[in-house]
Amino acid sequence: MSMDSELKTLGDAIATALPGAIAKVAVEFGELTLDVARDHWVETVKYLHDAPDCLFVNFIDLCGVDYPQRPDRFDVVLHLLSPRHNRRIRVKTRTNETNPVPSLTGVFKSANWYEREAYDLVGVLFSGHPDLRRMLTDYGFDGHPLRKDFPMTGYVELWYDDEQKRCVYKPVSLSQEFRTFDFLSPWEGPDYPPLPGDEKATKA
Amino acid sequence: MTEQQTLRNFTINFGPQHPAAHGVLRLVLELDGEVVERVDPHIGLLHRGTEKLMEARTYLQNVPYFDRLDYCAPMNQEHAFCMAVERMLGMEVPRRGQLVRVLYSEIGRLLSHLLNVTTQAMDVGALTPPLWGFEEREKLMVFYERACGARLHANYFRFGGVAKDLPDQLVEDIGKFCDPFLKVVDDLEDLFIGNRIFKQRNVDIGVVTLEDCWNYGFSGVMVRGSGAAWDLRKSQPYECYEEMEFDIPVGKNGDCYDRAVIRMEEMRQSTAIMKQCVNKLLAETGRGPVQTPNHKIAQPSRKDMKRSMEALIHHFKLFTEGFKTPEGEVYAAVEAPKGEFGVYLVSDGGDKPYRCKIRAPGFAHLQAMDVMCQKHMLADVSAILGSLDIVFGEVDR
Repeated sequence: MSMDSELKTLGDAIATALPGAIAKVAVEFGELTLDVARDHWVETVKYLHDAPDCLFVNFIDLCGVDYPQRPDRFDVVLHLLSPRHNRRIRVKTRTNETNPVPSLTGVFKSANWYEREAYDLVGVLFSGHPDLRRMLTDYGFDGHPLRKDFPMTGYVELWYDDEQKRCVYKPVSLSQEFRTFDFLSPWEGPDYPPLPGDEKATKA
Repeated sequence: MTEQQTLRNFTINFGPQHPAAHGVLRLVLELDGEVVERVDPHIGLLHRGTEKLMEARTYLQNVPYFDRLDYCAPMNQEHAFCMAVERMLGMEVPRRGQLVRVLYSEIGRLLSHLLNVTTQAMDVGALTPPLWGFEEREKLMVFYERACGARLHANYFRFGGVAKDLPDQLVEDIGKFCDPFLKVVDDLEDLFIGNRIFKQRNVDIGVVTLEDCWNYGFSGVMVRGSGAAWDLRKSQPYECYEEMEFDIPVGKNGDCYDRAVIRMEEMRQSTAIMKQCVNKLLAETGRGPVQTPNHKIAQPSRKDMKRSMEALIHHFKLFTEGFKTPEGEVYAAVEAPKGEFGVYLVSDGGDKPYRCKIRAPGFAHLQAMDVMCQKHMLADVSAILGSLDIVFGEVDR
């Protein structure tokens, strides 16, 4: 596990160099993750790009993840690669529907489209982004499909209307209800509601 | 005419139905005469919501979605997803499984490069190369079909290996394909790489510096064209790439021509890897299982299910509930033909991905269309687009 300790050392060094910015340094599955405070987001990424022991100059990916049960429901997850040191890093910050995350377009030009995509699909706002338009969904689309409260089947479907001679949106109608079966054993699932008889079990 | 004419830039739509757009891409081009001032790619016309759909399906049900991303090299995508899940579960792939995976990943690379290089020649006016290239693709797709039953949407990789073992006859036939194919690559090179018109249309077109490459999130052939010897198969080796002998071709100028030449050379290197895989698969040391024997993850064989109650239970559980992954997040990437194809997987401990972000190389490449096309002529747009190697399945997801 020397790889893991090496990554941990790097993460701790970054946390020391940026006091107050890094909330957590974690190494899991052999990958280094930094949790960053939102006000230090750009500063941290700039440091990762420039510092000689980091040099994470290759932008890999940026995406949003939705955890609706949290007060700050969105994670913005950034992946970077350092070709010089042959290392990867994951940087995360948290936000909600109203607080924007500072845009990274000043550090990585590539952040432009990735932030547009995160805005489009998850609804994360980015401040200082030059052109925060929708990316993947249709012109005039409403909602953010990758939020957990957005149904998988969506709300509207597109039809060709023969009378109007154009495509129109209609509310989605499923000829068969979308069937989702919960095969998880109620005693094993991630978090299950209390079942009768639970009180008899001794808490492990 | 003595009156002062007001000059204005001309805005045109390129696509979404244009043969040189390599799929459904709408480019809004702002032109000053015939010089491109600004490019605004509008994507998403092939958006199918793969990431959303994946959140409602078990891990095994999600594998086929990866065939439908970059449909020029389906198995390379499956590979990234399988690696992500395997890393989460801490699983090993048996050696024969690794060899089969590498063999088919390299076939995928040939499929993709053959399509791209030859259609790029078509984009700049040569009609014959695609006809030659597609003949070879057809043979390769027959190898796909003989391994998994489908020419395109393979659904062949499984967590901890591949679905079925390859018959020796197939491995031998793949071996027999290699040497004649190298001759075809030479012929293709004679046909258009040295061609005067092809050079005029590609040399010094769409130049990017290495620094820009990294900053724009480029990977694969795009960074190698600009001079970085960066290939995940060498720098972060996965499966059994470590024991394979091959070279990484690197360009000098970072233009469209270098990228085309690199793709041609990569086809030769891939063929060399395929030959090594064939020899190893046919050798006695290459025998063994192709998938992990852990039936909590891997499907038991039909034969076992007839005789063993436990196998039957495993089968039932795997195809109803599926298996669960530990809570956490991983990022796994492979060197796909078009660049780094990665999967960022978040699990909440359940049997379905909580979130799966697909990192497609084409998305980052297409974003740079604007800078790459600046001050080029309108006709260069299709040459640059061709050299980016875009497939809309993966860009739009």
